[in-house]
Amino acid sequence: MRGLAVLSLIAALLAAPATGSEGIVAGMSQNRVSITASFDGSEILIYGAVKRDAPAPEGPMEVIITVEGPATPVTIRKKDRRAGIWVNTESVEVDAAPSFYAVATTGPLRSILTETEDLRHRISLPRVIRAVGAATEAGDPSDFIEAMQRIRLNEGRYRVLQGGVEFTEQTLFRSDIVLPSNLTEGEYRVRIFLTREGRVVDAQDRVIGVRKEGLERFLFNLSREQPWAYGILSLVLAALAGWAASAGFRLIRP
Amino acid sequence: MQLYLPIAEVSVNAFLLLGLGGIVGFLSGMFGVGGGFLITPLLFFIGVPPAVAVATGANQVVASSVSGVLAQLRRKAVDFRMGTVLLIGGFAGSGVGIWVFQWMTRLGQVDLFVQLSYVLFLGLIGAMMLQESLRAWFRAQKGGPVRRSHVHTWVHGLPLKMKFRASGLYISVLPPLAVGGLVGFLAAIMGVGGGFVMVPAMIYLLGMPTKVVVGTSLFQIIFVTAFTTFMHAVTSQTVDILLALLLIIGGVIGAQVGTTVGVRLKAEQLRILLALLVLAVSVKIALDLLIRPGELYSVMPGVLP
Repeated sequence: MRGLAVLSLIAALLAAPATGSEGIVAGMSQNRVSITASFDGSEILIYGAVKRDAPAPEGPMEVIITVEGPATPVTIRKKDRRAGIWVNTESVEVDAAPSFYAVATTGPLRSILTETEDLRHRISLPRVIRAVGAATEAGDPSDFIEAMQRIRLNEGRYRVLQGGVEFTEQTLFRSDIVLPSNLTEGEYRVRIFLTREGRVVDAQDRVIGVRKEGLERFLFNLSREQPWAYGILSLVLAALAGWAASAGFRLIRP
Repeated sequence: MQLYLPIAEVSVNAFLLLGLGGIVGFLSGMFGVGGGFLITPLLFFIGVPPAVAVATGANQVVASSVSGVLAQLRRKAVDFRMGTVLLIGGFAGSGVGIWVFQWMTRLGQVDLFVQLSYVLFLGLIGAMMLQESLRAWFRAQKGGPVRRSHVHTWVHGLPLKMKFRASGLYISVLPPLAVGGLVGFLAAIMGVGGGFVMVPAMIYLLGMPTKVVVGTSLFQIIFVTAFTTFMHAVTSQTVDILLALLLIIGGVIGAQVGTTVGVRLKAEQLRILLALLVLAVSVKIALDLLIRPGELYSVMPGVLP
């Protein structure tokens, strides 16, 4: 049974097209990030090599690395002038937009990836966001989605790192991706793509688990599981601090 | 020193938060206003999500109000009886206010109406206070005759009279109940501004001495904000206790300093400064509404209710 499996695997490998003979061997500096009280962002090193069975074909090979945070619903609002004053008028609700997205490449994305491949693998920023559904009160949601992309790029939540992957001798690659300090908990999906002439040759998936730890974990769980106790705790804390300050000042200035 | 906040899910500078809490606590202790008008936009500015900013700000106001009331209590400048009566009126008023707000929301365009009326209302109160307090100040400078503090009007003929010893008043409970109700109603509709409206109302509508107003206003603010904090913690779970702790430490100290400064000032001077603060807030909101924003779009996590 086992021999049969190995045989079929070999057959599959032999039957694969010439471009399929190039594969990724990759690793990461860490596969989990702990958010503690002193957490102030984190840097993930993603590295690896291209494995070849045969001499490399003609033409340069390129590497694309993406890191995608958990998706959350988002509301995009637009201000407009009504009766001379600026108020929020139209809004677009997106079911799920990644809370973080970084795409690092060896070169300009447009020239190392074709439109078709981008559509299929959802790599570039507009593809990642457009792929999610949008419920709208406004006529055309594309302006809103573009605005969200612009705002989140400014905030550093979305990053396009052209030339952010070092690629040595068409074999070894590495990239440092900085995770910001305003991380959302959840699974971060890391994808690595090898492309040649704009087509994806091989792809790999990895996951980084981001979790709150210690005090952060305790407080977060308390607020969700025992909101009554949490509310009372907040109030007791406030009253106690108010009393302590008053008592303290009385000592200083009798 | 950076600190990651568990509910807000952002990392912020701890000393910055202590400073912010201190400024808000100072104003709170000096004027008897809560300070929600200041803390919410400031937190929003440093990257805290709006819902967390509102709920956690309320928690901080509880602490600085307790601190301020205790400081005023040492000078016997808190009228508990008046505070309680205002509070009862306030809860009734805010209940009606929430109901009216929901009704207006169903009609649509409520944002526009609320913001416009808020600006006009604050501007009007500020301007009237400034005019009155400046006149009182000039009169005091010249050393002219002091106007009688009590003018007997139809208000004093109302039934259910009660002695408010700390305020030196012997009036019917109906006007304080009505004032509390009105302020609660407005605060529920406009979201913030309980203290802003309450302090002038106590001075001008009820004729309470300025010195007693600060402590009494803070006394009733404690209960209003404690209720708000608790409701947010239970229903939307947006109170960030770590964020609150830092703001509170700054706030309670600020409130003590604010009280000390406030007590040194003359009543007219305190009223002039409060009038300027109220005017500044209304001008700021007006500018936000009138000037074209740099970014027309805004992104908010979550889906609007």
